[in-house]
Amino acid sequence: MSARTRELLGLIPVSLLVTAGFAAVLLTRTEDVSDATATYGLFFLGCCVFAHLFIRSRLPDADPYLFPLAALLAAFGLVMIYRIDAELAREQAQWFVIGLACFCATIVFLRDHHALERYRYTIAAAGLALLVMPRLPGIGAQVNGAFLAVQLGPIKFQPAEFAKIAIIIFLASYLRDTGDMLVRARLRPLPPQRQLLLIGAAALGVLVLVRLLGLGTAATVLLAIFAISLVSILRERPSLKHFGPLLLIWGMAMLMLLFIRDLGSSLMFFGGFLALLYVATDRLSLVGAGATMFLGGAMFFANSVSHVQSRVDTWLHPFDPDLLEKVGGSYQIAQSLFAQADGGLFGRGFGQALLDLPGGTKILPAAHTDLIYAVITNELGLFGAAGLILGYLLFVARGFKTALVAADGFSKLLAVGLTSVLALQVFVIVGGVTKVIPLTGVTLPFVSYGGSSIVANMVLLALLLIVSDHAREDRGALQGGLV
Amino acid sequence: MNRQIVQLFGLCTLLFAALVAFTSWWTVLGAKDLETNANNRRPLIEEQRIPRGLILARDGSVLARSVGRGSGSRRTFTRTYPAGPLFSHAIGYNFISKGRAGLERSRNDQLVGKESEFGSIFSQLQSKDREGQDVTTTLDPRGQRAALAALGGRKGSIVAMEPQTGRVRVMVSVPEYNPNDVPTRFKELSLLNRATQSQYPPGSTFKVVTAAAALDSGKFNPQSIVDGSSPRPVSGVPLANSGGQDFGPISLTDALTNSVNTVWAQVGERLGRGTLVNYMQRFGFNQDPPLDYPDSQMSASGVRDERGRVLDGDGGFDVGRVAIGQGGSEGAILVSPLQMAMVAAAVGNGGKLMRPALTEKVVGKDGRVKERVEPEEQSTVMSEKAAGMLAEMMGNVVREGTGTAAALSGIDVAGKTGTAEVDNATANQAWFIGFAPIDRPRMAVAVTIERTQGQGGTEAAPLAKRVLEALIGGGGG
Repeated sequence: MSARTRELLGLIPVSLLVTAGFAAVLLTRTEDVSDATATYGLFFLGCCVFAHLFIRSRLPDADPYLFPLAALLAAFGLVMIYRIDAELAREQAQWFVIGLACFCATIVFLRDHHALERYRYTIAAAGLALLVMPRLPGIGAQVNGAFLAVQLGPIKFQPAEFAKIAIIIFLASYLRDTGDMLVRARLRPLPPQRQLLLIGAAALGVLVLVRLLGLGTAATVLLAIFAISLVSILRERPSLKHFGPLLLIWGMAMLMLLFIRDLGSSLMFFGGFLALLYVATDRLSLVGAGATMFLGGAMFFANSVSHVQSRVDTWLHPFDPDLLEKVGGSYQIAQSLFAQADGGLFGRGFGQALLDLPGGTKILPAAHTDLIYAVITNELGLFGAAGLILGYLLFVARGFKTALVAADGFSKLLAVGLTSVLALQVFVIVGGVTKVIPLTGVTLPFVSYGGSSIVANMVLLALLLIVSDHAREDRGALQGGLV
Repeated sequence: MNRQIVQLFGLCTLLFAALVAFTSWWTVLGAKDLETNANNRRPLIEEQRIPRGLILARDGSVLARSVGRGSGSRRTFTRTYPAGPLFSHAIGYNFISKGRAGLERSRNDQLVGKESEFGSIFSQLQSKDREGQDVTTTLDPRGQRAALAALGGRKGSIVAMEPQTGRVRVMVSVPEYNPNDVPTRFKELSLLNRATQSQYPPGSTFKVVTAAAALDSGKFNPQSIVDGSSPRPVSGVPLANSGGQDFGPISLTDALTNSVNTVWAQVGERLGRGTLVNYMQRFGFNQDPPLDYPDSQMSASGVRDERGRVLDGDGGFDVGRVAIGQGGSEGAILVSPLQMAMVAAAVGNGGKLMRPALTEKVVGKDGRVKERVEPEEQSTVMSEKAAGMLAEMMGNVVREGTGTAAALSGIDVAGKTGTAEVDNATANQAWFIGFAPIDRPRMAVAVTIERTQGQGGTEAAPLAKRVLEALIGGGGG
């Protein structure tokens, strides 16, 4: 069976989900059924079939599961959004069409993703520009204390969604070049005596710092891991000049924290960077140093930037009466947890959860964006939520599989980067909603309501498919040659 | 590079597993805590969407019903109380903004039709909406109206119950309130249910408890002669009879008829604290009455020290003064009107105390009876013989003693009056407890009025008469 036929078959569960989901929601609200709303499902399926035919003609060898998985997630999102607000679902369907157009445009104009390498600095600059846009006077917009949105005339969008792709492209191309150089020093490690000296100095340094600054347990552990990582880096005598860019990226992540004041998106970007760094250099020590530096910086900002601080407070004490009352306080996370508890093992069923308060307001703030996972858990229970996570895991697995089969370093790093950043985005928002980490406002890829999110993630999917098509084409050719 | 990619995938799997683990915690393992969290308004909002069942009087008249507003998923229900203030304290109220009280609270699970987990899955499969069940109370509108009218705005309480079944026919507390006003005028309303929550000195009505202990323990009989001179030292401090009257040697029957303090104080001293407390406990003292009413809206009757704690037999209180419904600094007897109605009912039912009940039955929307509250014995207080003697003695009180104002024509009434001095002897707590008819009691009653200038016999006994008339007829009516 060809890859494309498998893809088409993969769309069958999507159609089942769409049909069953819409039918269930429609059944529960008999009073406002209209033919227009019922056609969303059909329309959505039509788009999927069109996209499939497009992939069949343009990228015949691409991974057959990525698109059906993305469509499944999007269908899931569409049904949930429809259930929350029919008008929003109509807009989301439109955005899906625009996303699909961008998806096709990416595939048409970018026949070979290696072309991106040539423009890496332009792309990096564009990515950075996108990131700072929300802080620019006139067009920037502050949402809940974080600077994530841009208002351009009637259009409001979240540039970070696009910036994540630009920055991954840049990092993939940059680390392809410098990754080897960063670790070439492994051939001539420090002599044993000097290594001992280094370890001693590091241990002494940690002790002195802990004493001087009176650090708590968490900070001490962080510092210790940092010291171990640093020693492990230094014993290989790396050429220091290559660390400049890495420190620059760390600095940028910190600036982002300060600038857009959003812990979640900083974590997403920096995590994606560390994933690429690890794959490119095979040095856990670099990841250790980077991660501890990031967490250290985050802890510092958590105590100094009031917005970040309040996010951490609400995370730690969601039921504190003062925080519950406060504007932008813990009401959202508390309601999220209550909604999940209400869902239980099997959930309330599509369309059955409590969303509207008798006064006409919503009990869950941002139910269609940040908290959509809580609504899903409320209606479909632990099983539904776990199924959704499994869907993402399968998507991530196919993304990494694409990286595995890719022939060259850039392709591998690009696929790894795009996949990791998507996985991290899922972790950041679902982790926020389930109180694993502080709740911050990023979207659940393909599922949340949001034009920027759906368009950016469709482009991300297009890039993954292009990489995949090239990789599998090469392999196919190679195998053909052997036979 | 491929090894690192596989490791990275492993890390992603771990991260996602953490997400599923946390979701499992919130949805299943830790869900109970979240559902009962005080900040969680979901249960309240959910219940607002359920049409609560009706609360009905004994005769089927509606005391509380739910009225729907809006349509579809926005449809909510609020409570209205057609009877207004008439049943206020007994029924209570249920409003999302103010919570719930009274029977609305104690019968909430049935009123909202709460089902077991299995049952709820079953009804979900049938896609049935949750519906409340109807609660039929034991309350009698006629008696309730008569009691409210009898008190006529004076602060106090009247409780009436059937001795053989424990069914509460009347529960009135004045000031009453209109439950329909709860959402708007909550702060102005007097929500204290004097029938179950107030703790008053019982005065001489408590001599019924002392007499029950005296007769049933076999240490006394109605003809036993005790010195009724006044004053007499009790616990080293002189105790006087009402009006300082000196009765000389007198039988227990006459001592109850004339409410002779010195006699009953001596009886109490001779019985001892242990015996008295034992009989009090048989009557249901020292614990919240087992009524289907919220625990937070009931209080236990008993001997309480100055800090309000209920003392048991070793409390060291002045047993002579407690025996006549008073007390000292070590502890004084305080009772609720419901408890005194239970005392009268136990005597009227041949010594068997029946468990008090406000609910007769609970009926589902399909007409099936979900629960029928059958009469149940709470305790055997005394032998039938002792109860018969005590009933005769109490009959004398109404025939020729302090309680003549409670007499009904054609029906023999048994009773006991009480007058307890309060506010440094500037006012009285007036009491009457009793039952009728004596030979086959159909109703027991307790009446009390706060801070009045009159006596139990003149103030409270006529009210008991009016309530008994309304409930069991007799007299000119």
